[in-house]
Amino acid sequence: MRRRPLRNERLIFEHNRERRARGRYELPPLDVPAVDAGSVLPEEQVREPLADLPDLGELDVVQHFHRLSQMNFAVDEGLYPLGSCTMKYNPRVNEVAARLGGFTALHPLQPASQVQGALRVMWELDQVLKTITGMDGVTLQPAAGAHGELAGMLMIRKALEARGEHREEVLIPDSAHGTNPASATFAGFEAVEIASGPDGTVDMEALDRMMTDRVAGIMLTVPNTLGVFEPRIVEIAELVHGRGGLVYMDGANLNAFLGKALPGAMGADALHINLHKTFSTPHGGGGPGAGAVAVSRGLVPHLPVPRVIRDGDAFEILWDDPASIGPMRGFYANFLILVRALTYIWGLGAEGLAETAEVAVLYANLVRHRLTSAYHLEYDAPSLHEVVFDDAFQRAHGVTNVDISKRLLDYGFHPPTMSFPLIVHGALMIEPTESPAPEEVEAFCEAMLAIAREAEESPELLHEAPHETPVRRVDEVEAARHPTLRWEPSEKS
Amino acid sequence: MHRWIGGGPSDRRAILSELGKDSIDQLFETIPAGVRAGDLDLPAPMDETTLLTRLEGLAAENVSLDVMPSFLGAGVYRHVEPAVVDAVLQRAEFFTSYTPYQPEISQGTLQAIFEYQTIISRLAGLDVANASLYDGATAVVEAALMAHRVLKGTRNRVVVSEAVHPMYRRVLATYTSALGIEVVTVPAGEDGRSDAQRLADAAGDEACCIVVQSPNFLGAVEDLSAVAGAAHGRGALAVHVVAEAASLGILKGGGAHGFDIVCGEAQAFGIPAGFGGPHLGFFATRTKLVRQMPGRLVGQTVDAEGQRAFCLTLATREQHIRRAKATSNICSNHGLMLLAAVVWLELLGGKGLAELARANLARAEDLKRQIRALGGGWKLAYPDTPTFNEFLVLGPANGTKLQQALLDRGVLGGVPSRLWGGSWPDGLLVAVTERTTKDDVAALIDAMEKIS
Repeated sequence: MRRRPLRNERLIFEHNRERRARGRYELPPLDVPAVDAGSVLPEEQVREPLADLPDLGELDVVQHFHRLSQMNFAVDEGLYPLGSCTMKYNPRVNEVAARLGGFTALHPLQPASQVQGALRVMWELDQVLKTITGMDGVTLQPAAGAHGELAGMLMIRKALEARGEHREEVLIPDSAHGTNPASATFAGFEAVEIASGPDGTVDMEALDRMMTDRVAGIMLTVPNTLGVFEPRIVEIAELVHGRGGLVYMDGANLNAFLGKALPGAMGADALHINLHKTFSTPHGGGGPGAGAVAVSRGLVPHLPVPRVIRDGDAFEILWDDPASIGPMRGFYANFLILVRALTYIWGLGAEGLAETAEVAVLYANLVRHRLTSAYHLEYDAPSLHEVVFDDAFQRAHGVTNVDISKRLLDYGFHPPTMSFPLIVHGALMIEPTESPAPEEVEAFCEAMLAIAREAEESPELLHEAPHETPVRRVDEVEAARHPTLRWEPSEKS
Repeated sequence: MHRWIGGGPSDRRAILSELGKDSIDQLFETIPAGVRAGDLDLPAPMDETTLLTRLEGLAAENVSLDVMPSFLGAGVYRHVEPAVVDAVLQRAEFFTSYTPYQPEISQGTLQAIFEYQTIISRLAGLDVANASLYDGATAVVEAALMAHRVLKGTRNRVVVSEAVHPMYRRVLATYTSALGIEVVTVPAGEDGRSDAQRLADAAGDEACCIVVQSPNFLGAVEDLSAVAGAAHGRGALAVHVVAEAASLGILKGGGAHGFDIVCGEAQAFGIPAGFGGPHLGFFATRTKLVRQMPGRLVGQTVDAEGQRAFCLTLATREQHIRRAKATSNICSNHGLMLLAAVVWLELLGGKGLAELARANLARAEDLKRQIRALGGGWKLAYPDTPTFNEFLVLGPANGTKLQQALLDRGVLGGVPSRLWGGSWPDGLLVAVTERTTKDDVAALIDAMEKIS
């Protein structure tokens, strides 16, 4: 990222303003007779070419995106400690593997005999995820974590229906990520919030009171969004199961105990795994991810179709199964993301997986230790892979978590997560991951300490931050007040 | 000490000593003994060379589309793949960054999304497009659920043409069954096109939307004005699904015919077939409905110095603000696939996209002409129906057998039309693109002649 762009990059629509005819990307030659569109298509449906998209030479387009790229911060630039997002290193070998022609130039409807290697990739990933989670079945279909949550909750609904039960509510701790209540709603349940206890973990008394025969189950993030492991996880699962409910586990934070603990042993019935967090597939500026879901034995019959089935040494696709919840998406999965995740897991092996969690937790504790004197910690239970500070000390100087985050940009680091957990006002959720060298984590801590000093000595420096970025603080209120959601030709800016 | 993990033993000992701990295990003491993992039964770590050899071996077990003429479509199409697209996608500034929550250091991603929203909304003939969904199937689901919300949940029926991709309809059923929304499927007519009157009859006064795909699963271009009229006549929203986005280079998006939502699959725009994903769901609607729209949106604004800047906006629709009342549970979308699409579209330009679509049309008409002339039981299922680059072909056997017989002769001849069932004739869906060559077509026609 350039601190200040060499030049502001215009919108593509503002290039070649006179719309002159120029050389552009060439198609293969048309060696069949051209057709008059109006003679074979309904005439009123035939369109003119888009005038907004000008003819541009190849270098024009390359420079456009090159310049845009220079206005982005990225994992490759520096620490990206966005809590719950696990912004770890994206190994380059993953990218090479996912670009092999035998994977990319593959149509999903080629006969099974032609795609045995691809089906094997899915089967192998399925196996290793079962091993890592200690669970009985896996679907690789979901395209993202929230999509996995929905798949899991639909399986829970289906399992209850198979028992002849109709339960309307799902309990969700107030510390949960926003997708949990949204996913429960889209699975046809009513999301009921359960307040956290004073230490930020599940309040057993409240659970005991609320876990009635109207409740389908609980959605739990482990470790929770404070980075704290639920110490009574086994009792929670036993209580829920004892009342006929099921346990959904949000695996967004799986990086905390990879190779160290088994969700299967914790009593999870469904657990989604963000391959784009724990298993290093890139976030891509907002996806595509993949949200595989591991399930307990009772949910295996309800896994989505299509599924990969192994028959001896051959693999097949099963499209129909009446017990299944049905398909969650088109075709099978975000296959090229799965290739990356399998490459990563095979690269790490069992030892590497455990080392991942160890160093991720070690670094989070280092951050916690270094920043404790300067930032307020609302919940002081032991941290695993992330730590949630807040801006309580700085608010005394009129400085908020947003100001702190914007100032952090000037120091060359990505800010922590601020939008949740909602139970911490002014949250700063920090997850360093295992990837960086210790010096990078220490440099981040130094920056945070310097900012805490600045908050006391010169708060206006923070209010006006960032100072050193490609654009200055962006007016998000104005964007929402007067939505401009596309370029219009009349704007000659 | 793994190469992807920071620091070494002495670094870690130093940190532990700063923390006053004797071992890393002490940091995991909050995890109860009963849930601990033993040694996982996984292969040993692999160096990069060994690892890549293993993956290459798996890739080599597949038959790539590069080595066999292919006429497969049915929602996934092989269009030109300019080298520039992947070169941009490989820039770490794009692929190793997160959702652009911090606009000051994400202007690159945000501006690319804004350009994408502009182009997609124009192609759709509507006002506003979102920053992507997962794929065509889930885009259809989001459209139906949005229509349900727009009509305040009082109209509990979704009317869908059977000629909407069967896989999309199946995914729709997965979602709607949990929500108690009724889905009524209306078969297409004898010409492979949906009948607006039958759709309207099925809607009655209880439908929140009527959903058609055009070009539809059978390749037919629907009478969109009639369908939009039918939907609005019944007080329902009209949803136009596009499974082959390249068609938008020559056919107006549904917005021009009165549709309220245009959505579907944009894999055609520079995204590899990739064995089915990741692809790109797109979604466009009218300004007045934007508050009910699912997914992320980028808006234009200014920074503190008054410079033009972009940021995510109208987030009060989304799960991280609205939680259980959000318009969708989507969080991560398909951002990098959107980037592929916008690079591809900008590289081709408006005229290039039109030229590409015309090439598809011309190749399809040429192949249809050759099949008409074949005889031997081969014919077009809907000879007088307008199509874009895909059409239903009937032959001397059912679709599955035809596919195998053509494969025996070295051609991926098409997708069996009843792979997922359907009330239409049992044949092969045959698709061409601008990449289809004369040799490919000759191989197909030659193989067909031998099967008659």
